[in-house]
Amino acid sequence: MEHKRAEEHHYLRTQKKFPTVWCPGCGIGIVLGGIIRAVADLRLDKDKVAMVSGIGCTGRMPVYVDFYGMHTTHGRALAYATGLKLARPELTVLVVMGDGDALAIGGNHFIHAARRNLDLTAIVVNNCVYGMTGGQYSPATPTSAIATTAPYGHIEQPFDIANLAVAAGASLVARTTVYHALEMERLIGRAIQKKGFSVVEILSNCHIHYGKMNRMSTAVEMLRWFRDKTVPIASLQKEQGAGKIGRGMLVDRELPEYYEAYQKLVQVAQKGA
Amino acid sequence: MPDNQKPRLMQGNEAVAEGALAAGIGFYAGYPISPANEISSILSARLPRKGGIFLQMEDEIASIAAVIGASLGGARAATATSGPGFSLMQENIGYAVAAEIPCVVINVQRAGPSTGQPTSPSQGDVMQSRWGTHGDHPIIVLCPSSVIECYLITLRAFNLAEKYRIPVIILMDEVVGHLRERVELPPPEEVVARPKPTVPPEWYFPYDEAAGLVPPLVSFGEGYRYHVTGLYHDIAGFPTQREDEIEPWFERLFEKIEANREDIIQVDEEAMEDAEVALVAYGAPVRSARHALRLAREEGKAVGLIKLLTLWPFPEARIAKLGHQVKKIIVPEMNRGQMVLEVQRVVAGRRPVIGVNRVGGQMVSPYQILELLEA
Ligand SMILES: Cc1ncc(C[n+]2csc(CCOP(=O)(O)OP(=O)(O)O)c2C)c(N)n1
Ligand code: SF4
Ligand SMILES: [Mg+2]
Repeated sequence: MEHKRAEEHHYLRTQKKFPTVWCPGCGIGIVLGGIIRAVADLRLDKDKVAMVSGIGCTGRMPVYVDFYGMHTTHGRALAYATGLKLARPELTVLVVMGDGDALAIGGNHFIHAARRNLDLTAIVVNNCVYGMTGGQYSPATPTSAIATTAPYGHIEQPFDIANLAVAAGASLVARTTVYHALEMERLIGRAIQKKGFSVVEILSNCHIHYGKMNRMSTAVEMLRWFRDKTVPIASLQKEQGAGKIGRGMLVDRELPEYYEAYQKLVQVAQKGA
Repeated sequence: MPDNQKPRLMQGNEAVAEGALAAGIGFYAGYPISPANEISSILSARLPRKGGIFLQMEDEIASIAAVIGASLGGARAATATSGPGFSLMQENIGYAVAAEIPCVVINVQRAGPSTGQPTSPSQGDVMQSRWGTHGDHPIIVLCPSSVIECYLITLRAFNLAEKYRIPVIILMDEVVGHLRERVELPPPEEVVARPKPTVPPEWYFPYDEAAGLVPPLVSFGEGYRYHVTGLYHDIAGFPTQREDEIEPWFERLFEKIEANREDIIQVDEEAMEDAEVALVAYGAPVRSARHALRLAREEGKAVGLIKLLTLWPFPEARIAKLGHQVKKIIVPEMNRGQMVLEVQRVVAGRRPVIGVNRVGGQMVSPYQILELLEA
């Protein structure tokens, strides 16, 4: 464990960057830890990793990691990452987004990135709310939940982010929570290794906004909610699965990866020239 | 003589694509829209042949975002669009300005606002090209009025973008985009490569004014791990709220363009030596102005032409001189009068500055201009 901690520090930007901008106990820090440990397990070269993010509390993550960091505009991280990855296919490109970032303003880019299947790793920190702007409802806010802009209870239905990614054509899709830190680390590792577009949806606590408005005002209460509300996908049918959210790997499949397909297109074009 | 340098009949949009290829474009992303479509179709065929990337994205926001991402990865990158798409790109153009990432954005203007007249000419986006993205910012906007200029300006746009780490907008209009002329395309005189830092990675700061007005930008993937953001940032590219860190950066952002006006600004003159009336034009109206000039000169009237190839930064010095040089200044535009406001500002009441305008998808006619000579 000691040894591993040293490796983690190797990937962090320690100079003047900590403490983070996040509220104490925020789940985003746990996700950052999971990403770092997954990268450390794979022994990735720092010079070969880029982290691209959008805007939001989640979007602040690239500041803390010693990779190439691109903090882009709200919702557009995947589009920026698409350009970067195609210009630098040798880089491992990690894209971290909040639920609003990825699914509201960036929803179009999200489904198209999945369909295109370029080798990017998308990590969606789903705290069911717009954290940074003060707890407004997001496309992942559960029906009936209270949000800053849903004081009478939310009347819309949330996206099932992971299943949306499956339907849109991603190569690998997984879901987990910040309570299940080891599972999270393992799934992120598999997503990074996967050739093709991969998505890991991570339920995360914004106890400051979502929690407070929904009778879980501490991080611990929200972590308990993740523990009790989710079950491994395999036991979804078996258990009193009603109303529970499945955790684990949803799909891990072989689909044509975009850059590989593009290389073939280049060969065809050059032959014709 | 290489194939592409033989004289041939070519469209403005085609010449832009040729210019981009000659400038070494490595990445293009776009979304279909008239009257810019030819640029993407040509590049979709030609870019893969040289191993470059052509990509049709899900919309114009994604297109410009991918272009900026690719540029940060080291590719010379561009996108092309028209009014509605140009509007969608604005936020991310601002990102490229703030993060100082080179890129080229081509806007073949259509008549607007809104969907407007998709295949009719207009110059309604002049002020948008200057101020389209929010916040104070510098920008470079170039404007061709002939097919050969489409080629040359595109070459220039890629160079200026790299040299000054800024998005360069090529503001075309439908007339110039679809115009066919016989051209010979010269090879590029220079292709400005991204300057490389001479310091080791731990000493590299992508926004350090100590490294000059335009600190070198190292592409991602080359061992210099830094952070890029659209937030106000320090010399290392990390978000900051400290005024003492923000101020020098913001100052430099403008100064890198202000201090290099001479290099950036291109203005051509025709028959100005003895001119009493100056026609100040850009884009397709240059052609109407030139026609009017010829007819007027036949009648012995001393008319000259100032052609703006750079719109922004505005060629203030040259235009200000007109206030002492001629008796009257006429500004023909395919809009309700946008650049005429700049000319008036700079001439500052010393001489009458009159706009000639035409909207509704029609060219300004030379006769509209001639009428004003009498007035
Ligand atoms: C174009 C645009 N619209 C709105 C905003 C304001 N804004 C900043 S963060 C945010 C939402 C963040 O929510 P989410 O993506 O879920 O991230 P979180 O903060 O919860 O991690 C919004 C709407 C913005 N920055 N840009
Ligand atoms: S507002 Fe919510 S999501 Fe943002 S840092 Fe605080 S707890 Fe985390
Ligand atoms: Mg959120």
